[in-house]
Amino acid sequence: MRAVDSKKSPAAIAQLRTALAHTRPVVLAEQRRLPLLQAFQEVFPGGGLQRGSIVHVSGAVGATAVALAVAAGPTQAGSWAACVGVEQMGWAAAAELGVQLQRVAVIQTPSKSWATVTAALVDSFDLVLCGAEHAPSAQDARRLVARARERGSVVMFISGESLGAAQSARPWPSVADVELSVVHAEWFGIGQGTGRLRQRHISLDVTGRRGLSRSQRLELWLPDISGAVAAAEHIQASTPTELTPTELTPSSPLLDVG
Amino acid sequence: MPNTGSHCSQSSADSAGSAARTLVVLCADWPAVATARPAEKPLVVVHANRVISLNLGARRQGIAIGFTMREAQAHSPAVEVVQYDQQRDARAFELVLAAVEEFVPRVEVIEPGQCAFPTLGPSSYHGGDHALAQLVLARVQTAVLNTAVLNTAVLQESGFAHNRGATLACVVGVGIADGPQGAQIAAKESILRTGVLGTGVLQPMVVQPGKTAEFLSPLPIERLGVATDSTHSSKSAAEMFDVSRRLGIRTVGRFAALPIADVSARFGSLGMSAYRLATGFETTPLNLADPSVDFSVEAAIDPLAERVDQVAFVAVALAEQLHAELSGQGLACSRVLVVAQTDAGDRIERLWRHEGALSAADIARRVRWQLEGWLSTGRSLGRCSGGVERLQLIPEQVIADTGMQLGFWGEIHNATERAVQALARVQALLGADAVKLPELRGARSVSEQCQLVPIDAVDLFAKGRSSANQSPANSQNSASSQNPTSSQTAGMGPWPGRLPLPSPTVVWSEPVEAELVDAFGQSLGVSGRGVMSAVPVRCRVAGGQWHQIQYWAGPWCTEQRWWDAIGHRRRARVQVLFDTAAHLLTLEAGQWWLEATYD
Repeated sequence: MRAVDSKKSPAAIAQLRTALAHTRPVVLAEQRRLPLLQAFQEVFPGGGLQRGSIVHVSGAVGATAVALAVAAGPTQAGSWAACVGVEQMGWAAAAELGVQLQRVAVIQTPSKSWATVTAALVDSFDLVLCGAEHAPSAQDARRLVARARERGSVVMFISGESLGAAQSARPWPSVADVELSVVHAEWFGIGQGTGRLRQRHISLDVTGRRGLSRSQRLELWLPDISGAVAAAEHIQASTPTELTPTELTPSSPLLDVG
Repeated sequence: MPNTGSHCSQSSADSAGSAARTLVVLCADWPAVATARPAEKPLVVVHANRVISLNLGARRQGIAIGFTMREAQAHSPAVEVVQYDQQRDARAFELVLAAVEEFVPRVEVIEPGQCAFPTLGPSSYHGGDHALAQLVLARVQTAVLNTAVLNTAVLQESGFAHNRGATLACVVGVGIADGPQGAQIAAKESILRTGVLGTGVLQPMVVQPGKTAEFLSPLPIERLGVATDSTHSSKSAAEMFDVSRRLGIRTVGRFAALPIADVSARFGSLGMSAYRLATGFETTPLNLADPSVDFSVEAAIDPLAERVDQVAFVAVALAEQLHAELSGQGLACSRVLVVAQTDAGDRIERLWRHEGALSAADIARRVRWQLEGWLSTGRSLGRCSGGVERLQLIPEQVIADTGMQLGFWGEIHNATERAVQALARVQALLGADAVKLPELRGARSVSEQCQLVPIDAVDLFAKGRSSANQSPANSQNSASSQNPTSSQTAGMGPWPGRLPLPSPTVVWSEPVEAELVDAFGQSLGVSGRGVMSAVPVRCRVAGGQWHQIQYWAGPWCTEQRWWDAIGHRRRARVQVLFDTAAHLLTLEAGQWWLEATYD
């Protein structure tokens, strides 16, 4: 009955249109993203990593920790992460930074089958983490990128200087959509024979394509005082705060005993 | 030859009541039997660190199913531990199937160790259900013995010497009832009445037509598990039986006496399938699909596949295709016929059944089992020659897909399933040990805090479940960052001497030699009281450049196993910071090592 009426009145038709717009299933942009930890969310559009994007983490220090902090978000949200070529990873630290280890698989592969293995992993894993142990040829890297874009998984590769990267001279081809580079890192809590490593302040440059074209600076506690990842305000480098016992004693009193 | 006219008419009258009258052959502890080791020597088959099957010798030592590997070894230090291998089970079971196929052309395999066939034709030929059951029992027992002898011969050839004279016992149960699930319970009952230790004389268990409910009535309610454990997760079935038990419903009879509406309201479809079995009306596929629609899929294999894994690759794709086609129609497949054809014209087919629905992975796994049996044992028996040329999957019985009830917190089952498949593929490429999972465990040194466990030793789905249960707590990032490690480091003990958090992000798999010196270039030591001999000033790693130390902390000393001359370790750890990077150095026996880096 109502359908007949609505044919006549334009107001009813408009009403039906809005109802239809409300009920039509839409694919939200969020559904195409892997969620990140709170500390990263302000920088990344939509609070997550666009699926199908390539992330490159670099820096003289701190690259491994940044990569783990990025991986923590997706694994907490139920995605699986595969790690290739990260023999030296400290998984206890990964767990402290929030990575859910029950959804992490570690694959040890010889360099010659790297391309086949990563291709298989990209098919089924939301996040594939490539360490610096293998440096693929430009062709292999391009293939992997194309595959990741098609399958909607995120490939993250680390070229830190600690994770065995010094041995592999060839750098990764520049294919990344998101570049995370550590520009400054400073530890707090350690002194001259006193205290211990407690927390680290990291300044991270985030550049990339697709809504990240403007370079942004991200200040992080990685790890913060409780061992997790937290956003930090900008701290002037080499200005010790009350957090650091650096200035307490130039020589440890223990030495007099020894 | 054995059938007289009277027998024939009697048995056909028997079966007239129920068309689904079924015989089930059940080989107890098949995974243990398939290893072909003598039964007296204790042996356990483990999967994900739990005993899932064991032999006579192990049972006599007091080991039971569900023990951890450690517990089993504590009961019997001499016990042999074998990893679970479905392919091995399937391969060994092929000979039993060949024996059963002498009675009936098409056998339905439930899983390696269990098969079924409808008795309508064969029992009228052999003179009744009892006669048939006796014949099958005798024939299967001989076949199992032959399997054992054959395997022993193979083992001896390959250098595993075993006593030829040792008895290889396998307790075979045969049960006949109205419907496959009832028959499964009957077969199990026949084994239990003999005694698990195989002391009595094996008698097949034949349930008279229409008497299935009566037969089941005094049995404990857990036996209804056969109706539930495959369609639903065995965990929820266990919960249902636990609830029933606590409500005082301990036998199948009591369960069957409940009002059907209450069972349905309380336990849902899981309870209904158990209820139907308990009342003697087995789960019959009420809504069979239109048989005129042909759902079968096939693939030509070119070049010919000589090895099982080559065919298995094709099978995975084919199974997924079939599954997609069926689920597009809202259907699922509960019985599938797998046909493979070799270039020599040998046609090899086998019917696989499953209570509930076969997933794509289930089908792929069954194809693999089947081919494993043919290509290895079949070839030696002359039943198959040449390479596989064509593979076909024909869904024989199609039911409406009732779907799966996801957990309340949105279990992400799919992600785990996809991950497991990809990892299986990587394993096929690189070998079983290439894929590992990190597992935290308590330890003092950073290199021991986490171990990489081969994936075969872990039950991934159980892991996925446990993590899904945790997910409400972890789904909010803010909550998890406040308490980041509560779920992962719980129950790890205090470990005195362990380094304070945070842990290093890079742990060198082999420590690197390092030098740590004071202002005068003297190598540093740590006294018995845990005090550094001087202030560390410079450091170098692996004979490289000298670095000026900016900050340092420590030492943290540990002394492990001081009572043990060999295992005794005394170590001191120091955190040093040079070139803005923090490192962990360890002193042991006068030598400094770079153990880890806080990258």
